[in-house]
Amino acid sequence: MTDFLNKKPSRRTVLSSIGAGAATATALTAMPGFVRYAQSQSSEPIKIGFQVHRTGIGASYGRWYNRTTEAAVKLINDGGGINGRPVQIVAEDDGTDPKRGAEVIEKFANEHKTDIAFGTLFSHVVFGSAPRAGELKLPYFVVSEGHHVASGKLNRYTVQPGITDVKSQVQAMAPFVAKNLGKKVTMVFPDFAFGHDHRDFFTKAIEEQGGEVLAHIAIPPRESSFTKYMPQIPRETEVLYHVMVGPGVLTFVKELGEFFGSRGPKLFGFIDSLEAVDIGSSGLEFLEGSYFWEGNPRYAQEDQSEFDKAYRAAIGVDANGASVADPKDVSTYAHMFGCWETLHVVKAGMEAASYAGTQDRAKLIEAVEAMTDMPESLAHPQGAKRFNGKTHQVFGHQYISQVKDGKLVRVHTTSIEDTLYPDEVDYTKMSF
Amino acid sequence: MEFGPNLILALIEGSVLAAVLTLTAVGLSLVFGVMRVVNVAHGEFYMLGAVLAYVIASMIGGAPAIAFIAALIIAPLLVGCLAALADIVILKRINYDPENTIVATIGILYIIQQITLVTFGPDARPVEAPFNHRLSIPWFEFKDGAWEMYWPWGLGTTSYKLFVIFAAIAIMVALWMFISRTKAGLIMRATQLDRDMAQSFGMPVDRVNALVFGAGAALAALGAVLIVPIQQAHYQMGEEPLLLAFIVVIIGGLGSLPGTIVAAIFIGLSDGIISIFFSPTLAKILSTLLVAFVLIFRPQGLFGKAER
Repeated sequence: MTDFLNKKPSRRTVLSSIGAGAATATALTAMPGFVRYAQSQSSEPIKIGFQVHRTGIGASYGRWYNRTTEAAVKLINDGGGINGRPVQIVAEDDGTDPKRGAEVIEKFANEHKTDIAFGTLFSHVVFGSAPRAGELKLPYFVVSEGHHVASGKLNRYTVQPGITDVKSQVQAMAPFVAKNLGKKVTMVFPDFAFGHDHRDFFTKAIEEQGGEVLAHIAIPPRESSFTKYMPQIPRETEVLYHVMVGPGVLTFVKELGEFFGSRGPKLFGFIDSLEAVDIGSSGLEFLEGSYFWEGNPRYAQEDQSEFDKAYRAAIGVDANGASVADPKDVSTYAHMFGCWETLHVVKAGMEAASYAGTQDRAKLIEAVEAMTDMPESLAHPQGAKRFNGKTHQVFGHQYISQVKDGKLVRVHTTSIEDTLYPDEVDYTKMSF
Repeated sequence: MEFGPNLILALIEGSVLAAVLTLTAVGLSLVFGVMRVVNVAHGEFYMLGAVLAYVIASMIGGAPAIAFIAALIIAPLLVGCLAALADIVILKRINYDPENTIVATIGILYIIQQITLVTFGPDARPVEAPFNHRLSIPWFEFKDGAWEMYWPWGLGTTSYKLFVIFAAIAIMVALWMFISRTKAGLIMRATQLDRDMAQSFGMPVDRVNALVFGAGAALAALGAVLIVPIQQAHYQMGEEPLLLAFIVVIIGGLGSLPGTIVAAIFIGLSDGIISIFFSPTLAKILSTLLVAFVLIFRPQGLFGKAER
């Protein structure tokens, strides 16, 4: 965990390095003809600003986003980098906080002078950061799941090419829920943008299946005790749809089990409610037989692809979705593939645009916008994807797993078509 | 759910909150009463109790009951010693000056929180309860001219939650015995009444300060060890109890132990009831509003004595 710490410079070192920097700058201007990397521009690394939840309520996601990112960069660099240049990650903690997120974006653009910004999961941080990235004309590759990119609320510089959005996920889940579990649903979700996406889009999707949502129960993101919300669940509920995030997820699921005992409705959860949590934790036995959406199956399945095998090995994740070094350190497997795939999209985009430096940022965005089908490969181990250049959003397969003998076993895979919906924006018409 | 089962559930949930809140708030109140120190770092001592409980329980391993009992004894002791040390090294040096102690304890808050983040990490970690059985509670309804017993959906609690309530009561009784029946308690009360006079009579006021500051922190830690099998240890978990403890202490009257206990039970139960029948956010709004009204109309708190 120590590698995880951000070393903050003290005031003294900052001041002295500013002084040293000023002196160097003067020295450089005094030497006519001196150009950094004079021999070849290609030796200078491509700098990717990595906005990461090191602290705050998103920290367990941040830890695994970090490991996945490092593994993907190693793979890309071992294969010769991008356009012959190595990739360098500049990581900054956003504290899972929208205000700090925007500051981190400014730091990438002005201080580190990174080529692009990348990362971050929590939708409120993306919402806080994306406008600043647009103003600074910094390509911002988010791995966030929120519908905000495809909704048209963001800008031309913000793209989500490596992870699908909540709207497409829940739309693909609704038919399964209505057909196999029940039509009277109560939803429990976190009370911010990400949870509201679930509320709005699943309610609509289940109604299209002839079902209805009986109650919406919104829980503040930093809540630590949940039983008091549960009496709001109506008795006639057939399916409880739950999605929770933050440090309280294990408490939430345990209290759900204690509330219902052996009775209660059928459970359909988004795996977010259990990301980074061991399903074998005491108190979770009642989950046996319940269903989960998974972005990417945590447990290696019987028909595991060679790409998933190689991807797990590169990050150091075992067949149970936990760290090879510590089986108690469970990964955020359903989300972190987004970092891996996004970095490979960045690589493909930069190569297509012959990206040479920050002056080519707009060309990079145009090259990504031109992408369409992405076949399953080592670059896309979660499965095939289809990118929509107009909405800046990628679409892909979704998985439904059932808890059997304490393990998540995939029981349904949706098609990409199940997840598509009409465009709500055309970013390509916006000016750079 | 119907009104009756809902009310029972609200009372149980509220009592668990009240139990932990009583321990935390009494610690805060004790420190203010005897030392006149507003300890802003109190919530961090609470958090530290939970985090140490995790560390101790995972170091000992084995049966959850043994690991938990060890944590219940060792974690509050360690936190108490740390707090006593903070008193000797920091608070004593600034002569307990009211403004300076607030700033100093804010500093302690950040130091403890950030060191925990650096060492323990940002994840929430569970401690296994020594025992945890779900207890269903029956209810009666009048049907076809006769009372009939049934088991409402969702009406239940766990044996561990009941244990938390009884443990808090036992600890409060023990604390009351300590303060009212022992010599150390007598010295504490003397210091609280008039510290200059107590010092003139040769009482070791410095040591009383360190002891009280340590005991206040240990009480918060004890509350946290009790709650950690229900919730989980996390470096940011100290913020809410700090706010709630201040609410309780202001309503009850700063420095008044009976007032603090009554206010903790009142806030705990009303939080449970308002949360279940209306919304948890409304419960927070109302309790904070109540603090404002108490400050306006009865600034010494419900049980506090007015300044003469």
